[in-house]
Amino acid sequence: MASLLRAVNISKAFPGVQALADVNLHVERGEVVAVVGENGAGKSTLMKILAGVTTADSGMLEVDGRPVALRSVTEAEHLGIVLIHQELNLAGNLDIAGNIFLGREPTWGGVLGLIDHSRMHDDAAHITGRLGLLASPYAVVDTLSIGQQQLVEIARALSLQSRLLILDEPTSSLTESETALLFRVLSELTEQGISILYISHRLKEVEIIADRVVVLRDGKNAGDLVGDEIMHHAIVQRMVGRELKQFFQRHRPEAIAGVHPVVSVRGVRWAEQQKGIDFTIAPGEIVGMAGLMGSGRTELAETLFGVRRMVSGAVAIDGVTIPIRTPADAINAGIFLIPEDRRVQGLILVDTVKDNISLTQLSSLSRFGIVQGSQEDELAQAMCQQFNVRTPSTSQTVANLSGGNQQKVVLAKWLSRTPRLLIMDEPTRGIDVGAKSEIYALMDDLAEKGAAILMISSDLEEILGMSDRVLVMHDGDLAGQLRRNELSEQVIMHLATGGAAKT
Amino acid sequence: MKKVLGIFAFLCLLYLLILIATDPEAWGSNNFNLSKRIGVYGISCLGVGLLIVTGGVDLSIGSVICFCAATFCWLVLDCKLPIPLAIFAILLLGAGIGALNGVLVTYVGLQAFVVTLCGLFAYRGAARWMTNDDIPRIAPAVASWSAFCNDSFLGVSVFAWMLLGFFAMATVFLHFTIHGRYFFAIGNNERAAHYSGINVNFYKILAYVLCSLFAAIGALMEVFWISSVQASSTGNFMELYAIAGAVLGGCSLRGGDGTTTGMIIGTAILCLLRNLIQMAEIKDYLEPVVIGGALLLCAILDEMLRRGISWSDISLFLRQLFRKQTP
Repeated sequence: MASLLRAVNISKAFPGVQALADVNLHVERGEVVAVVGENGAGKSTLMKILAGVTTADSGMLEVDGRPVALRSVTEAEHLGIVLIHQELNLAGNLDIAGNIFLGREPTWGGVLGLIDHSRMHDDAAHITGRLGLLASPYAVVDTLSIGQQQLVEIARALSLQSRLLILDEPTSSLTESETALLFRVLSELTEQGISILYISHRLKEVEIIADRVVVLRDGKNAGDLVGDEIMHHAIVQRMVGRELKQFFQRHRPEAIAGVHPVVSVRGVRWAEQQKGIDFTIAPGEIVGMAGLMGSGRTELAETLFGVRRMVSGAVAIDGVTIPIRTPADAINAGIFLIPEDRRVQGLILVDTVKDNISLTQLSSLSRFGIVQGSQEDELAQAMCQQFNVRTPSTSQTVANLSGGNQQKVVLAKWLSRTPRLLIMDEPTRGIDVGAKSEIYALMDDLAEKGAAILMISSDLEEILGMSDRVLVMHDGDLAGQLRRNELSEQVIMHLATGGAAKT
Repeated sequence: MKKVLGIFAFLCLLYLLILIATDPEAWGSNNFNLSKRIGVYGISCLGVGLLIVTGGVDLSIGSVICFCAATFCWLVLDCKLPIPLAIFAILLLGAGIGALNGVLVTYVGLQAFVVTLCGLFAYRGAARWMTNDDIPRIAPAVASWSAFCNDSFLGVSVFAWMLLGFFAMATVFLHFTIHGRYFFAIGNNERAAHYSGINVNFYKILAYVLCSLFAAIGALMEVFWISSVQASSTGNFMELYAIAGAVLGGCSLRGGDGTTTGMIIGTAILCLLRNLIQMAEIKDYLEPVVIGGALLLCAILDEMLRRGISWSDISLFLRQLFRKQTP
């Protein structure tokens, strides 16, 4: 019998990135296939192609041995393929039945289109019963737990006569017991012949649930694992394992042991259930922070910068404890943040390069509160030159610059003063190689001036290339700390995916 | 800049129409009356304009004007407060109302629309209660002040000169100081402003304070102008005229855009339109129709400018529309 789904030589490119290159994947009936890979390995793109959200540039898709073209979500759903996104797509104000049948409500009364409520709720009760979802079909979705909402999504998929469920990080916001329930439901579904494509960063879960694991790396197949081969370290080994390119410009200082740290963070928490985060950074040290999305890296940065409220803990700069309640407190203490999303938090896109650069230091550019235009121009010119911002003039609107140049404007906005601690959240995400290299050189330069740098990154190459030391986050806590000589992609991924630290 | 020039041209056109429509002998008195009205309306428009730049809005201006006017009468007539002291108290009252709005919007996290809508109801009701729905006999007490305010200088009302003063201050504040920069930054991208270390809550509250403070100044002008306060009508629709003036003048209700010059021109256009309507002997109650229509037209033109739609696009659109109707 032909496979339920076969994807052959799927390729897809986005401007500047080859997201997928000749990827192959097949799913049999009643099989759970896990797709794993680092951030940016191409998992999401592949799933979107299979679910008809986007189309591939080349390659072939077969369902039941027949070639198909999936041009829209509706077409995919027609063939029984349903994607359940990580962010649930439910109408919170509607009840369970209303969500399951949203857009396909049974009606009566011809053109009037009156909703046949009794039939809709009966059908809904039938499906939710199959999933062991105890809530009434009249329950409003907002009142349900995240786990129950997840089941409503699955119920919706089943009501579409789905034969292949694609689950994108289904457990990322579930509690342990909810996860256990989900797994029980999934194994019952597979007994009924329904297949599951399961995407997760949590390799322990993959070990439990997957019949087969497909590993992607840099948009290519990096090996399949079946049955007993499915083990944490074996998966990680296939997920990573590249050679580092030589464009990291890091002149490491000699010994930095024994020097008083610039920053010491003690017991910092932003949520009650955390254990508390402790670390120090020495002058001139670049500390990388690795971890998967949602592991709390950005939250830590926001807490240290005063954007997010600190539940408990203390931060000391040069041995002096400073209370950080607002970004202004952090800035006064010399803590600057290059935020994760430059378009939302970093820049005012509709403003000019000059306005963005001067925004953080207007008070030093003004006399009696009046902004001195000439000084502002000088500063903007000088910073653009120093950071090699490619723009026709400093009065260009920032929105018109390329990603790399926008990021350089964000750096220029802060770095006319030397920071004590510079926190960089995904400093090179989505920018070209040239700009990346410039930013690395700049970080090295700052470190040489004695600043401490905390670099948060999902790019392991960058972490390995630039860091003197690496902190790994997992589920809101530090999972481990690795010195330069202990660094490898395998060890980092091991810690980031919840593996125990080796002692 | 282009926008301001455009509406300025429109203003000149309106003024030309008024000159044509009036007897040259009445030009002087008409100018005087116009300038007085612009003076009073312009103040509240500047206030709300500053607020709109930060992305806020205030629907309670008319009611705040009424409440401040009623309180002024009470202070002068019942509490026998000397007038300068009463003026000072009213300014404090205005600032206090603004601070309350600001705190409710920032720290409590309510929507500006809701907070000031509540104010729209509450302050007018409070004013009617204070005056017992009567007309306080304020005229004799403020006679000398009224005489001064109804005076003119170089053929233009004292109010207009006062507005010029406030305009100058507002212009320096909004377009030349760091505080004005922060207003624009917050209006354009509040999060980026916050991440840049700007005390966003402080500046948002400041904007509400300025808005209500300017409304209180408007209330005092109104009292000295008309020498009477009627709680059910004083300041009626002032918030709408103020917001309309700011929008006509190029402020975006999304925040982050606007000039003080534009606000004044917008107010002047509204006042001139009103003047023209009265001259054309159009029924009084049609005035809002004309103003609404003018505002809509401006909004459409502005959107076209923003998207870069040319006349050929419009004719193409019209032709397609026409073709559909004649199969």
